[in-house]
Amino acid sequence: MSGETEYAYVVEGKMALPYQYFAGAVGSKFLIALRDEKRILGVRCPKCETTFVPPRQTCERCFSDLTSHWVDVGSSGEITGYTVINYKEPYQPKEPPYVLALIKLDGADTPFAHILNCADGAQPAIGMRVRAVFSKEPKDNILAISHFELEP
Amino acid sequence: MKKKNRNVAIIGSGMSKFSSHREEVNQPELIHEAVVEALEDAHLTMDDVDCVLHGNMELFEMVHQPDMWHVLGTGAWGKPGVRLTTGGTTGATLACAADNLVASGLHDVVLAIGFEKLEEGHATGGITNMADPLWGRSLQTGALTGTAAQKLIEQFGEERAKNAAIKMRIIMDEHAMRNEKAHRRLRLDRKYMKQIATQTPPLVGELRMIHMCSQSDGACAVIFASEDKVAQLGANPAWVVDHETVHREETLIFNSGKSTHRVAAERLYARNGITDPIHQIDVFEMYDPSAWWGVDWLGDFLLCESDEHVKMVENDQIAIEGEFPLNPSGGVQASNPIGATALVRVAEAAMQVVARRANTRCRVM
Repeated sequence: MSGETEYAYVVEGKMALPYQYFAGAVGSKFLIALRDEKRILGVRCPKCETTFVPPRQTCERCFSDLTSHWVDVGSSGEITGYTVINYKEPYQPKEPPYVLALIKLDGADTPFAHILNCADGAQPAIGMRVRAVFSKEPKDNILAISHFELEP
Repeated sequence: MKKKNRNVAIIGSGMSKFSSHREEVNQPELIHEAVVEALEDAHLTMDDVDCVLHGNMELFEMVHQPDMWHVLGTGAWGKPGVRLTTGGTTGATLACAADNLVASGLHDVVLAIGFEKLEEGHATGGITNMADPLWGRSLQTGALTGTAAQKLIEQFGEERAKNAAIKMRIIMDEHAMRNEKAHRRLRLDRKYMKQIATQTPPLVGELRMIHMCSQSDGACAVIFASEDKVAQLGANPAWVVDHETVHREETLIFNSGKSTHRVAAERLYARNGITDPIHQIDVFEMYDPSAWWGVDWLGDFLLCESDEHVKMVENDQIAIEGEFPLNPSGGVQASNPIGATALVRVAEAAMQVVARRANTRCRVM
């Protein structure tokens, strides 16, 4: 076995990966409301009675166009799932360890992922109440919400 | 010998507008435009669709498993489906797969979707690893190569070959001017053929910017249905008679032996009683990534032995009003949302067949 692998080389390579994407009109409206008004918007499918946050153009179930069904949802909600990030990688938004949580905002039917800051010693748990802390600097991405924190 | 278990037809198609920039829509939203148009064209809803096929270039948008996210726009929620990605041929692979899925009896109605948003992600990241001198993947630039120009110049002389390429480009632009969905509609004027050819930046060898296909955002959706379904729906069908695929390792064989196009055409014609393709085929939508490839591959697909294909360009036979209209849509030189591009050819051919119903000699290939 060792004879077969002794001269089996691994050829190292490197690739540059610049990346961008278009948020589209629906996604941009969501980002602009976050950045300029610190409001969190969703869309509600009238047929399926489901509120999607972040918003989407079309209801995947019934194919309804949701672009004229905007709703405000709260900036507080509850944890529906979480994980603790312990490994370190370049380009992470924070120094580990930190918590990424799935948060279902009040009035929303879908959770979305964001950073959860826990005060010293506090442990996250499913069902706990959290609230959004908006970034002090205007930002054109989801980090317009700086992070979530546990409600006292 | 191939034999179809049952007949298959295209009963509807849709396309987004093709453009260099579609900032107002994200990927599933772009796809949704094509899907909605296809469903309307076929008078169907998603409830009628049994299976959804999804394809684009591997990693050109740098999104892994895009078919899952894209359910937001494709309508595939809860439905069977397959993601296919075979480079520039993805769209044709989607059509072949949809044909097979319906012909086999597995599904009655299949929606095939091809898309690309070339302004997003980073296409170079997806294509760079095609080349590795260690493995003979020594030269691989996709369609961005001067080899077709070199071959035509060697075959037909520099002046004649260059004139044919730029003439092909101008005819494609004239066709694109009639297609509101086309990306590049340049209003090229035949009077300035020489200037158009020489005043455009060179890319590789004699391949110049003007010859090259565009880099487009866009999506295409095509609905395939079984013969029973066509009757039940009272649909207006374009029958898919046959298809052929030829594989080989590409990079070591430049301009030697028969091209895959010629082999595919030979097999397809032999199976379908086509002995005189130029006269038996009424309209041809060809995947022609540059004007040089366009001229060269026309000869391959039509099994030309000498300069018949060059003459067809020179004497306007390939123009819409000509005897052998090529790419009434303006073709790939006008619009190239890569994962959709080959499927657009199929959709355009089907539209031609349906529109020219009186002429029963039309075939989709």
